[in-house]
Amino acid sequence: MNAALLFATTGSVLETLPVTLRDLVTGWLPEPLRWLVNSLVGVGTLLAVIGLLFAYLTLAERKILGRIQNRPGPNRTPIPFINLRFFGLAQPFADGVKAITKEDVVPDGADKVLHFLAPVALLAFSIMTLGVIPYGRHLVLLEFDAAVLYFFAAGAATELAVFMAGWASRNKYSLLAAMRALAQLISYELPLLLSVVPAVMLAGSLALPAIVEAQGGWSYGFLPQWHVFTPWGFAGFIIFFISALAESNRSPFDLPEAESELIAGHLTEYSGFKYALFFMAEYFGMCALSGMGVTLFLGGWQAPLPFLEFIPSYVWFGVKLLSLLLVFIWIRATFPRLRMDQLTRFAWKFLVPLALINLGTAAFWSLTAGWSGPLQFVRWAVALALVLVPFTLLGRRLSAGVAPRTYRYAT
Amino acid sequence: MNPELLTPGGANVRAVHDAFHGDLLEVSMGPHHPSTHGVFRMIVTLDGERIVKLKPVFGYLHRNHEKLGETVSYLGSMPYTDRLDYLSAMTNNWAYAIAVEKLAGQPVPERAEYVRVILAELTRLLNHTCLAGFLMQDCGCSGTPLMYAFREREKILDLFESLSGSRMMCNYQRFGGCRVDPTPAWVDATRTLVGNYGAFLDEFEALLTGNEIIMARTQGVGVLSAALAINAGVTGPMLRATGVASDLRKSDAYGVYPRFQFRVPLGAHGDVYDRYMVRVLEMRESIRILEQALAGLPGGPIMDPKAKLRGFRPKAGEAYGRIEGPKGEIGFYLVSDGGPNPLRYRVRPPSFINLTVLEDMCLGQTVADAVIILGSVDIVLGEVDR
Repeated sequence: MNAALLFATTGSVLETLPVTLRDLVTGWLPEPLRWLVNSLVGVGTLLAVIGLLFAYLTLAERKILGRIQNRPGPNRTPIPFINLRFFGLAQPFADGVKAITKEDVVPDGADKVLHFLAPVALLAFSIMTLGVIPYGRHLVLLEFDAAVLYFFAAGAATELAVFMAGWASRNKYSLLAAMRALAQLISYELPLLLSVVPAVMLAGSLALPAIVEAQGGWSYGFLPQWHVFTPWGFAGFIIFFISALAESNRSPFDLPEAESELIAGHLTEYSGFKYALFFMAEYFGMCALSGMGVTLFLGGWQAPLPFLEFIPSYVWFGVKLLSLLLVFIWIRATFPRLRMDQLTRFAWKFLVPLALINLGTAAFWSLTAGWSGPLQFVRWAVALALVLVPFTLLGRRLSAGVAPRTYRYAT
Repeated sequence: MNPELLTPGGANVRAVHDAFHGDLLEVSMGPHHPSTHGVFRMIVTLDGERIVKLKPVFGYLHRNHEKLGETVSYLGSMPYTDRLDYLSAMTNNWAYAIAVEKLAGQPVPERAEYVRVILAELTRLLNHTCLAGFLMQDCGCSGTPLMYAFREREKILDLFESLSGSRMMCNYQRFGGCRVDPTPAWVDATRTLVGNYGAFLDEFEALLTGNEIIMARTQGVGVLSAALAINAGVTGPMLRATGVASDLRKSDAYGVYPRFQFRVPLGAHGDVYDRYMVRVLEMRESIRILEQALAGLPGGPIMDPKAKLRGFRPKAGEAYGRIEGPKGEIGFYLVSDGGPNPLRYRVRPPSFINLTVLEDMCLGQTVADAVIILGSVDIVLGEVDR
């Protein structure tokens, strides 16, 4: 009894800790100024945390890729002054120093203004998307009703920056990459948005905190009511995740910077700190899309089991975010790249129809929310059929003509 | 405005079509491009992403190999042959040794023949493993299959190093035998490697061969017809992938190959996937050959005791020696005037001749396909440019 009470109190103290700390700093300010400083503190904290996450995500990616590929990964950079290596923990900072000190080469024929503007714009748009995600019960930086729309509008603008980079470089590889990036954006924006609509539909709101609140509670006492544990939510999450891979130009959809074909795609003519900005923006975009996926389908900051609620909500969000990011890395280490026509075909002939059907499935799910007893089984069966049958049929059509072969031998 | 655009009907549509397809983009891929496998250059003319013209440019690594062969002694050329196809030095050595032995009428002891077969098949494993890794890299796997392949390659290179003293530039064959006699410990190490290789191939294939993306990327891409392959003189796995049963190990029956049981896998479509699969299946057959050769390795001398190393002057005449290298028919043509150097020294490089059909395979495909088609040809620029 006492232990439970202790847990509950420490839980709630930890839960509000970030807000308490902020109020300690800004509490003495007069009211109109406090609002401004509060926002600035929030933005600063977010940038610091995400920046650090970016730094160590690059290291984690290289280490994990290394381990998957049977090599140690970066491990030589010592921590300054104490000269201990600690699995290359100082590597991100060494990379940063290198990026800043490298010469910034701008091609002769490049459009100098656009060439400079592209990485800045890309980073700006990526940071903008980060603002609306609810990182915890009390940690929403920018709370307004059209958060979902805002997120995807800012997210789509990043591709404009990629096109700017490709066009301004006056390099044929960059130009090809820019074309690819645009085609990819147009193709995958649609399934991305369509997969989000059901979550909005069920919560009845475009505000992200409301969508997270709608996923609270547990059915049967243990199954979290996260969207991913419903048939439509699972399908929606997979569609969302695949589209997110494409939107953030990650393998197997990294065609705009296809290393083996276009050298470095739109990044070919970038070096030094501008290149680092692109890199940073890519990771920010990845974090933002993963955060969105967590918010929309994985219950946001909700705890997975009732007795785990004493752990603060932002920790749960962080855990879920990191696991999604690890899946991004894992996929990069294991999948080959698609070809451009296959990429667009996959979007238009497979993901878009599935996402449209998923809309209907979600509508059915929300209409039958009152069904109970044996009708529940009917509800699950119908919803599962609505997800699996189109998936099987479309999948078969998609992979028609592609099959393992048997070979004959000359004696 | 263009008046043609205002005319109704078909002309209008055609004009719009032409307006979209009018401009071609010429891209120079290489000589420093991540996936041209060395200093190879392709000048590609693109309509969108489709290739309408491809012009290969090479010679950046030309180092006068054939002329050099005429200015040094017969044995002096042996280390240079290592540098032709630097992934398969052992087979290059062997092909050159066969040519000289034919020229001089030099017999080879049985143990040396067995060791040569063992080394040639190890080279085939090494070459095909590397190729599979590189091909997957070209398909966009970010290094994982390549690293797996290189892990196995390293084990074979360790064997080569412990035998010949060098990982890649082995310089191991001599006219009338081999330079060093393999120790029992080396034979045991080879036996262990061969015993484990099947498991590696199973793992590699389980991860990649059935992968949907790999199949979609490679099946029906870069199709080479059997007729064109034969007319262009294509040999090796590339020819067999088109369905033509041609293997010098069977047809020439050189060395002690007739004593071993093995099959020759054949493709049916001649596309990139067939070329990859034929090589994987060939590796499995190589393992069979290796098991038999290691089991039957006889004792005796490794060099013919009568073989002459210094002051080697074959009588005047000409000879062409060829073997089935990992990339195809590797051959050496020699003309002797009785002097210490060959009068004429000519290499038949398989990867150069296989490369000549590149444009035919690439037309109508996309840039991404050109990269994997080039990867499936299996070239080493040291051999192409000589």
